[in-house]
Amino acid sequence: MLTYLTGESLAHQIDSACPGAVKTWDGSDLWVTPESVLDVSNHMATAPGMKFDLLNSISAVDYIDHFEIVYHLTSTSEHLSAVFKAKVYGREKPALPSVISVWQGADYQEREIWDLMGVAFEGHPNLKRIMLWDGYEGHPLRKDYLEPPR
Amino acid sequence: MSLSEPITVNVGPQHPSTHGVFRLRVTFDGELIVDLEPVFGYLHRGSEKLAEERTYTQVITLTDRLDYVSPMTNNQAYVLACEKLSQVEVPERGSYLRTIAAELQRIASHLVATGFLLNDLGALATPLMYCFREREKILDLFEMLCGARVTVSYMRVGGVFQDAPSDFWPAFKTFLDEMPHYIDEYEQLLVGNEILLTRLKGGNTVSKEQALNASITGPVLRSTGFSWDLRKVDPYEIYDRFDFDIPVGEQGDNFDRFYIRLQEMRESLRILNQCFEQIGPGPVRDEVPYLYRPPAGDSYGRVESPKGELGFYLVSDGGIAPYRCKIRSPSLLNLSAIKEMLVGWKLADMIVTLGSIDINMGEVDR
Repeated sequence: MLTYLTGESLAHQIDSACPGAVKTWDGSDLWVTPESVLDVSNHMATAPGMKFDLLNSISAVDYIDHFEIVYHLTSTSEHLSAVFKAKVYGREKPALPSVISVWQGADYQEREIWDLMGVAFEGHPNLKRIMLWDGYEGHPLRKDYLEPPR
Repeated sequence: MSLSEPITVNVGPQHPSTHGVFRLRVTFDGELIVDLEPVFGYLHRGSEKLAEERTYTQVITLTDRLDYVSPMTNNQAYVLACEKLSQVEVPERGSYLRTIAAELQRIASHLVATGFLLNDLGALATPLMYCFREREKILDLFEMLCGARVTVSYMRVGGVFQDAPSDFWPAFKTFLDEMPHYIDEYEQLLVGNEILLTRLKGGNTVSKEQALNASITGPVLRSTGFSWDLRKVDPYEIYDRFDFDIPVGEQGDNFDRFYIRLQEMRESLRILNQCFEQIGPGPVRDEVPYLYRPPAGDSYGRVESPKGELGFYLVSDGGIAPYRCKIRSPSLLNLSAIKEMLVGWKLADMIVTLGSIDINMGEVDR
């Protein structure tokens, strides 16, 4: 049976290894600064007692004044499940570090977020559109996206 | 050492073994694969965007069209995410009917996977027709449950759309009694076949660590010998009441991926038999208004679909439509390690591997 970690307990475990990374927590959620996503991922994937080896999903949500990137993780050896989020501000060139060096499974998901939501992942070796074709204008999952006139 | 000039070939998007519209840009050295790059998006319909403009109930019809050979489990993953958002309780009979539908669907999906793998291997049409013969019976059962065979939209937030009609139960019982013999037939026909064994054993392996790191789940992960099934490790609905095993493979090759599906069909039958014995009378659906508004918040609902972990990440702003509906599709992520599985093997192995991973383009592209 999986144990769902609360944001608070996760915050205490991360805070010692990555000082300054944790912003706030609430219930099962934990927010970290976007710059520290790669460090936090590295720590969560390797630290004894955590060993989050399975990246379930990366989701991006457009809240108009910021984008929220949500990471769902599972540790198959410790039977843990955890969520952490990062808020990215700015609509022109929002970006945060890629976690592909920690989990290969991030590859297609980060490309999909770049394609549909327009959030870039720094350090991704092949960051290009995945669902839409090269040369497509705009990012359709953004709330302010308008369909081009036919 | 290069034997000849490398040549780049597009396999697809109309190649029959891609089971849909999917392109692989492959670089060959002679017959050996030296590099490849999957190209997606030919069936992209923007389901996630469409979901933002529909009510929570209407989105169920979109989920039918994701993995169109297993619509029931898609329905289930979505309604579980909705129920997590608003803490709706599902009546017991409703949960049993959902489990029956989901497990029947697992058998149907595995039959399609097995049939098409054999088709790709060159056993043209005969094994496929055998598998579709039984799948037809399952689709008939679905027709009794909800009037549709593929686009079922059977589940609702808070239960299922209607109770099973009285003539469903004898037909269901007949299916449960007949199906083990058909699985025996496949095993006899396929697993004892030396040509098939030589073709599938030992090829295109993936290790447990590789699979986990690439977010691979479902039969492909279990074929590496690692027992990981959400029905056991994180039981949803009423799966903690049933007695069943998780079949695992040995080395993560094509044969293990194929054989695991046959064994999983037997385990699904075990669950279905227990459902048939345990199900009692009662309501099948909690009263949820058609235009229901879950409280603001987010939730991640997931099920073990026939292809792996299918998850829905829903964000609600308190309105009648989801603010965001992200779909975590197992078919897409199971392709994450396709390069590692194929480079160094031959063209013919590529066709077999695509068949044994069992992807569905409706779900890959969404």
